Amino acid sequence: MNDLFVYTLRLGDDALIAAQRTAEWIAAAPQLEEDVALGNIGLDQLGQARTLLQYAGQVEGAGRSEDDLAYFRDERDFLNVQLCELPNGDFAQSIARLLYFATYQHLLYEELRGCADETLAGVAGKAVKEVAYHVDHATQWVLRLGDGTEESHRRMQAGLDTMWPYTAELFTSDALVERLEVAVDPSTLHDEWERRVTQVIDESTCARPTSSYQHSGGREGRHTEHFGFLLAELQHVARSHPGASW
Amino acid sequence: MLAGMDSFQATIEADGRIEPRDAMPEGYRKTLIRQIAQHAHSEIIGMQPEGNWISRAPSLRRKAILMAKVQDEAGHGLYLYAAAETLGVDRADLLDLLHSGKQKYSSIFNYPTLTWADIGAIGWLVDGAAIVNQVPLCRCSYGPYARAMVRVCKEESFHQRQGFEILHTLCNGTEAQKAMAQDALNRWWWPSLMMFGPPDASSTHSEQSMAWGIKRHSNDELRQRFVDMTVPQADVLGIRVPDEGLTCDEETGHYSFTEPDFTELYEVVKGNGPCNQQRLAHRVKAHEDGAWVREAAAAYAEKQAAKAQGSAA
Ligand SMILES: [Fe+2]
Ligand SMILES: [Fe+2]
Repeated sequence: MNDLFVYTLRLGDDALIAAQRTAEWIAAAPQLEEDVALGNIGLDQLGQARTLLQYAGQVEGAGRSEDDLAYFRDERDFLNVQLCELPNGDFAQSIARLLYFATYQHLLYEELRGCADETLAGVAGKAVKEVAYHVDHATQWVLRLGDGTEESHRRMQAGLDTMWPYTAELFTSDALVERLEVAVDPSTLHDEWERRVTQVIDESTCARPTSSYQHSGGREGRHTEHFGFLLAELQHVARSHPGASW
Repeated sequence: MLAGMDSFQATIEADGRIEPRDAMPEGYRKTLIRQIAQHAHSEIIGMQPEGNWISRAPSLRRKAILMAKVQDEAGHGLYLYAAAETLGVDRADLLDLLHSGKQKYSSIFNYPTLTWADIGAIGWLVDGAAIVNQVPLCRCSYGPYARAMVRVCKEESFHQRQGFEILHTLCNGTEAQKAMAQDALNRWWWPSLMMFGPPDASSTHSEQSMAWGIKRHSNDELRQRFVDMTVPQADVLGIRVPDEGLTCDEETGHYSFTEPDFTELYEVVKGNGPCNQQRLAHRVKAHEDGAWVREAAAAYAEKQAAKAQGSAA
């Protein structure tokens, strides 16, 4: 398979699956302002996913559209990190994921906007502003929850701890990113990511999570048990009417 | 200068706007609080039947449009609660009244969204009916409500168009898609007609609201306007409005139609609709699950304020 196709798919799948989870908060958020804010964030993520999947289809050259890639691939063909597919949990857990993921995306897009591939650079240039807002939103909430009440502190700590073992996968390098010139080697982003995330966690009065086990497999299409249900929901209408337009 | 109630009456007669600090009769204030609150409640409860399909939207483009639409409805809720707050009430108290069932929301949202076509039908019919109801409210005598409606109506017309477009695509699609569209129209037609409220003969609040410039047209007038606007659009789609009695008067251009069964409306208002309990339970759960988050935000803000004061002193 074409390296650029696979690389673009990785980024697109991350954004798509993140958007699917974020959207679950709409009409269920702790307050109306948050329905709006998380709606915005989900829309940004979905917008990134659409551009990336369209481009992946183009690069592949087999005539697949964004919808073919989103709706007609099976679990093992999705290349998103497992962090994105985990269930939302409570609000603190979702916020912890957003902090980890958006901080990673921000560093990634900052690098990628200077790459030689015009389309990827263009997507990154637009998305870097969007995810800066996501980072800010997540940061504000980690601070409020971490340094709010006893209960919110306990929940924020639990959220940070639950999501932490899924973060190493974001930074795993492999032969493909080494071969593909336009790709950003994610391992080069790790130290700065850890510095930024730790700073927020410290300020929030929470403790930096300390788990040694780290999950992996998403980039090879090995996912959590939750993922099949997410995809079943995402894909079922489209798959019930193959060939139909919407 | 006219003082107090004389000035209120003069403003109403001159078709001017009443502003929050102006004197107003207690009944006017109460009527507006009730109407704006119930309108706001309808916006946020209305997020549920549509939110129900975000995860399953059959294309990414449709998913994005639907997310944006449901998000708009949350925004409408925010503007409207803010408009109600200008009358001296709190959003938190209004939400409590919704959650305890003491204030209502539009009964249309107590019907279930069963297929993707229902998302089209809601945009086309429900947002369409909302526009017919709300355009006159842009000239409501209470300034903050009228201004909120101007913003809301702009977005509602976009919602209506996207709903029509969903159905248009289905109606030009496969047999199964077309059947889905017809089924949705069959189920949403009568509830949509009931969105305009009971027939004029049995409408309780109308007369006073008309005199105060809160309401501009009768329920039946608005219902007629909606039917006249919608039936030709159904013809364009190529689906059939489920009313055997529907005829067009060539001379006036108005349709005559069968009156909906209002006993159903009264039942749904009383709480006996397919989704009343589900909608309220979902809302209450989101609110209760979020209580610790709101408390944390308040506690944090207090700590920050104390710190700022400490460093200023
Ligand atoms: Fe609305
Ligand atoms: Fe709407």
